[in-house]
Amino acid sequence: MTELSLHRGISLQRIGAMILRYWYLLLSSWPRLLELLYWPALQIITWGFLQLYIAQNANFFARAGGTLIGAVILWDILFRGQLGFSISFLEEMWARNLGNLMMSPLRPIEFLLSLMAMSLIRLAIGVIPMTLLAIAFFHFNVYSLGLPLIAFFCNLIFTSWSVGIFVSGLVLRNGLGAESIVWTLMFGIMPLACIYYPVSVLPGWLQTIAWSLPPTYVFEGMRALLIENSFRTDLMLDALAINAVLLVASFGAFLALLRSARKHGSLLSSGE
Amino acid sequence: MTGNDNASSWPTVAEGISSAAIEVDRLVKVYKQTRAVDGISFSLPRGSITGLLGGNGAGKTTTIAMIMGLVLPTSGRVRVLGHRMPEESAEVLGRMNFESPYVDMPMRLTVRQNLTIFGKLYAVRHLADRIAKLADDLDLTDFIDRANGKLSAGQKTRVALAKALINQPELLLLDEPTASLDPDTADWVRSHLERYRKDNNATILLASHNMLEVERLCDRVIIMKRGRIEDDDTPDAIMARYNRTTLEEVFLDVARGRSNGAKEGAR
Repeated sequence: MTELSLHRGISLQRIGAMILRYWYLLLSSWPRLLELLYWPALQIITWGFLQLYIAQNANFFARAGGTLIGAVILWDILFRGQLGFSISFLEEMWARNLGNLMMSPLRPIEFLLSLMAMSLIRLAIGVIPMTLLAIAFFHFNVYSLGLPLIAFFCNLIFTSWSVGIFVSGLVLRNGLGAESIVWTLMFGIMPLACIYYPVSVLPGWLQTIAWSLPPTYVFEGMRALLIENSFRTDLMLDALAINAVLLVASFGAFLALLRSARKHGSLLSSGE
Repeated sequence: MTGNDNASSWPTVAEGISSAAIEVDRLVKVYKQTRAVDGISFSLPRGSITGLLGGNGAGKTTTIAMIMGLVLPTSGRVRVLGHRMPEESAEVLGRMNFESPYVDMPMRLTVRQNLTIFGKLYAVRHLADRIAKLADDLDLTDFIDRANGKLSAGQKTRVALAKALINQPELLLLDEPTASLDPDTADWVRSHLERYRKDNNATILLASHNMLEVERLCDRVIIMKRGRIEDDDTPDAIMARYNRTTLEEVFLDVARGRSNGAKEGAR
């Protein structure tokens, strides 16, 4: 796998081979499948009942029906999207298979594209049942958001990939000792992304930081849609622009970390 | 003949060695304070089998990793099948392969699934036929649909060898290929490697601690010690130079610092 060959054609066959590899893995392990379903279901049930309780006791939330459940679903897209990407990458580290891939004709961009595809597949397995639960138990149909949902989804998944690419590079360079970053980094941006409250709640200087994160625009957009019935195209376009910068930057960081791993011999000892 | 000393006389590609399978020129790798590889040079002709010998920490694995492009040299150059590594690795990675104790095949996937995935990564044509042939050649048929993690060490080694041969590589890099095999299976694998080299005019670079294996397989032996090439010749010539009857005795001489006289003789 070489970082200096990106000008050449991308092989769909190699990307397909990697997706097949992760698909075989999922099918071979029921705990892996169960994990995909369990946590999103738990989340939606817990937050759904909380939403019901608040709605029964507060006029504002009664009016803004679904903001909590909507936020939970969108947060899960963001978080699960990154985990779906990163766990597939970690599988290679755990299996000590990275050297085989690095020595094969697979290119970094193809490897990353296959991880992106897997994050979508894993997300679909986990989040679609979650949305059905929300309809069945709490009469909240996220699909009724219509086209804006696609804009929300795309922006969140792009952010999740950027974070996934970056943390995978960190693990590649530093070994499995850096694995905890995979599980925790997204939670670091959680308070600033204003998932459950508007940006205006934050102090002024934190608002500036919050507006540098694409998910902030998505959650503000979702609240505008659910509370004011207004789709804020400007917010989605701003988020898209920041996401484009983040994706390019994270890919650049991944290549730099891969090069550093080669320089320091980390690819030979991918343990702790 | 020591590769460290002949760097200035090392011919360039333009001077006509581009047909070599591997060309290593004044290769150095420094990890912080450790000089893992210290200015080695050698060239391996196509179709040859070369043994890379040396004790633990001699620099064999780092050398092989630099040839594969997994580790970047601090200085020096590597060319594989006529292409600079790692800059032009995309040109050659599909034509080479390797087996190493530093990597595993995914444990939950079956042997067939693993070979299918690597076959697709290497764009192997008629993949099902190729897998069937490898299964037959390497005696994998009985467990080809079993998960890799449920195989014995010897079976795993044969599967790793099947993966290394999936693309019929022109260049094969092997790190301890028979380390966990019983004598019968190890002998059988060596025969297979000999046959593979002969049938495909493949080049094999083999790092091993099994001196009998090296004596049997290799037309040439490079002995490394502390990152430098201690000796580089045919097995017979090296044994004669050290006045020994086996490579194992030579290895012990080198490891215990009794090689000076022989080294002078080599020069």
